[in-house]
Amino acid sequence: MTEPTPTSSTETRELISFRVGEQEYCVDIMAVREIRGWSPATTLPQSPAYMRGVINLRGAVLPIMDLAARIGMPTTEPNVRSVFIVVQAGDRTVGLLVDAVSDILSITDDMCQPTPDIACENVRHFVRGIISIEGRMISEISLDRLLPEREALAA
Amino acid sequence: MDELEAIKVTFFQECEELLADLEGGLLAMQDGNDDGDTVNAVFRAVHSIKGGAGAFGLEPLVRFAHVFETLLDALRSNEIPGTPDLTALLLRASDVLADHVSAARGLGVVDMDASAAMAAELKIATDPNAAPAPAAAAPAEEAPAPAPAYVDAAAPIVIGAPQSGIGDGLDDDDLGFDFQPMTITLDAQAADAAVLDGNVWTVSIRPKSDLYRKANETALLLRELSRLGPIQATLDDSAMPALEFLDPEAAYVTWSVRVETDQGEEAIREVFEFVDGDCDLEIVRGEAPVADVLATLLDVAAPVPEPEPVVEAAPLEIVAEAPVVEAPVEAPAPVVEAAAPAPAPVSAPAPAAPPVAANAPAAAAKPAQIDVPGPGQSVIRVDPERIDRLIDLVGELVINQAMLAQRVGEYGIAPSSNLAMGLDELEQLTREIQDSVMAIRAQPVKSVFQRMPRLVREVANMTGKQARLVMDGENTEVDKTVIERLADPITHMLRNAIDHGLESPEERKAAGKNPEGVVRLAALHRSGRIVIEVQDDGKGINRERVHSIAVKKGLISPDLTLTDEEIDNLIFLPGFSTADKISDVSGRGVGMDVVKRSVQALGGRISITSRPGLGSTFTLSLPLTLAVLDGMVVDVAGETLVIPLACIVESLRPKAEEIRPLGPVGSVLAVRDSFVPLIDVGLTLNYREHSPAATEGVVLLVEGEDGSRAALVADAIHGQRQVVIKSLEQNYQQVEGVAAATILGDGRVALILDVDAVINLRRRGPPLPSDPTLIAAE
Repeated sequence: MTEPTPTSSTETRELISFRVGEQEYCVDIMAVREIRGWSPATTLPQSPAYMRGVINLRGAVLPIMDLAARIGMPTTEPNVRSVFIVVQAGDRTVGLLVDAVSDILSITDDMCQPTPDIACENVRHFVRGIISIEGRMISEISLDRLLPEREALAA
Repeated sequence: MDELEAIKVTFFQECEELLADLEGGLLAMQDGNDDGDTVNAVFRAVHSIKGGAGAFGLEPLVRFAHVFETLLDALRSNEIPGTPDLTALLLRASDVLADHVSAARGLGVVDMDASAAMAAELKIATDPNAAPAPAAAAPAEEAPAPAPAYVDAAAPIVIGAPQSGIGDGLDDDDLGFDFQPMTITLDAQAADAAVLDGNVWTVSIRPKSDLYRKANETALLLRELSRLGPIQATLDDSAMPALEFLDPEAAYVTWSVRVETDQGEEAIREVFEFVDGDCDLEIVRGEAPVADVLATLLDVAAPVPEPEPVVEAAPLEIVAEAPVVEAPVEAPAPVVEAAAPAPAPVSAPAPAAPPVAANAPAAAAKPAQIDVPGPGQSVIRVDPERIDRLIDLVGELVINQAMLAQRVGEYGIAPSSNLAMGLDELEQLTREIQDSVMAIRAQPVKSVFQRMPRLVREVANMTGKQARLVMDGENTEVDKTVIERLADPITHMLRNAIDHGLESPEERKAAGKNPEGVVRLAALHRSGRIVIEVQDDGKGINRERVHSIAVKKGLISPDLTLTDEEIDNLIFLPGFSTADKISDVSGRGVGMDVVKRSVQALGGRISITSRPGLGSTFTLSLPLTLAVLDGMVVDVAGETLVIPLACIVESLRPKAEEIRPLGPVGSVLAVRDSFVPLIDVGLTLNYREHSPAATEGVVLLVEGEDGSRAALVADAIHGQRQVVIKSLEQNYQQVEGVAAATILGDGRVALILDVDAVINLRRRGPPLPSDPTLIAAE
């Protein structure tokens, strides 16, 4: 629901693109709630390295995920220019830590290519497809798969 | 049908309240408070449930409620005496009624056999002379008790034919004017109903507009009257104005009803109980000028709502005149409105009700007002989710306000400046709003307390003890979330007090006490918490026995010296039960340890004090709400954590000689005579890899839900604070070692430590040699 699949290839969609390291990624604009500057997060114990922790977003506890670490790259060292993109993934709201937001893209689906086979497992899992625009290569993130399944922990 | 569903939901909400009223009233009766008001209140509760259920066609519920109501009716008219046995029966019947309500709601099923048996019992209680056989055999046939009498007295049924014409006749101007009544006599055994003159009453009813505004209607009253005996109703519409002057919402007619009944004036008056003041009522013994029956006759109401053949055969004569005659347009129109949708629960759109009943508003030239009658008009029903949302928002407001204040402080603005003073006011307002919002959810503990007298009686019967329950502070208010969790621990404490606390009547007499033991259940507010006390005047805890059992079961080491208080609280240890064999009452596989655990899970504490020969007191204390938590804010490896205050036994700065290494990695802390495992929170939660020396930090002695103790090492303590609990699962998932999160005054998220999980994590980590004295410390 958060990533509406267009019915025809000529329908345009808007995406927000951002930089993670030297690479460019994007998510559907409809899933983006807001973009905020970096603020230090409270570390969560017993959590994977890509979970930066939780922050207070107007009274809600928002988990922050390091997108680079999530797709298998070295963890991001947040600096003053770092931002997090608050996205809706399923019934959960998460913040994605990225290096910088680039721009808003309008694309049609025929501009979207399937993820090449050579890519590593993580990339194939999290990238829906690759968009080629003005000579840039932008990978679209599959938000549904970013968050781990909720696991009920035994006491 | 959404609208109908919504009304149904309201009905069930009311049922809950009515059932509570019913039980409260019955309990008051049981305490000897059986004055007329109480009995009437009890009757009304059942009556209202029946009425609403009838409107929704909830047949089994209506049938049972009817039998129940009949008995209550007999009781309040003093036809049968109120006895403790009867009250006990009524209490049991109220349980069955509650089951029926739940079943009608789709929650659970009714044991129909039990229901039938109860209905039969109720009937026997209503009329001991009535043959119980058919009632017991056919539970479905729950006809009104007085019905058989009328079958014998069989009078003719007069059916006015034209009521079907009312709806059609809207535009048919000449319908009403010279309309000929048809009288059909239906009964075979007529004739022999020689009615004594003394049994004839004439009731004159002049409804006021208010009667209809309150969604009452004359047809129902007439129907109710017909239960007393054959009736003959005449309508006097002489006050009806011409059509152009007619106020469609006003009442113009007067009914004159001839009733043959062997019941007294009181019984007739009771029919009008709900419309008291909303109609002029005159009841005269004997025949009155009813005889001058008007030309047009119309049957208004069928005998009784139950469609059983027996009931339909009940003879009844309702002769009425349709006001249609005078107001052909005004009157029938609302009929269609009242009968088709179901916005008015009282106007009986139920399939069970005979269709004629729906014509009643027409007969009275009045549309039924859509008015959901509820006890206490000033009460608003609100979806709890809305309140929760409000509480969330206010919580955020508090945090925001605190952040703002902190920023202002950082900018070095003088406290006397307008800005700072404005902020102070804001703070006060915010706190007041928070208190008020929390008060919305607060409810008196009464709803839980009023279930207890029955429990006490049952337990006392089962154990052969004599016990009297004294309750105090029933109006003490506490958050709804907590109320729901109070019943179980109170139940256990009471059971325990009677089963283990009180002596048998013989023992009590021998000890020079009143054979009847007293158990006191009290609720009070103390330092921002609710305290529940259960006190008995029994023999107190047999400390020697408790101690020896604890030793025998390996719960404590034999040479451990314990204070009296410590011995008393041994009964909360897992696996401890003083009853030699598990008794029916306190046993049930649930010991006081389970109670203690469930109480601690709510952030509460439970303890017992005892004086030999004088009795014991259980004290249970719980936070007033589960939305906020009292916590100790601590620093661990640069992170801020909140440790629930309820878990903390004490905090201390350990001396070097109190810390003893045990095994390769572990160490324990000597706390007086016992050794408690030391747990470095930072290490356990992977905040750091090496723990600093415990002597440099602060140690919090905590107690887990299972009673095990541990010494948590933190770097520094910031102090105590009340925090708003925020879920981690909402946007992420559970995190081991973390119970929830909260937002501190600086706007940052702090995690609330799950003490039990931390203890367990530690146990699974580098293994600590197990030593029973560690677990059973104290």
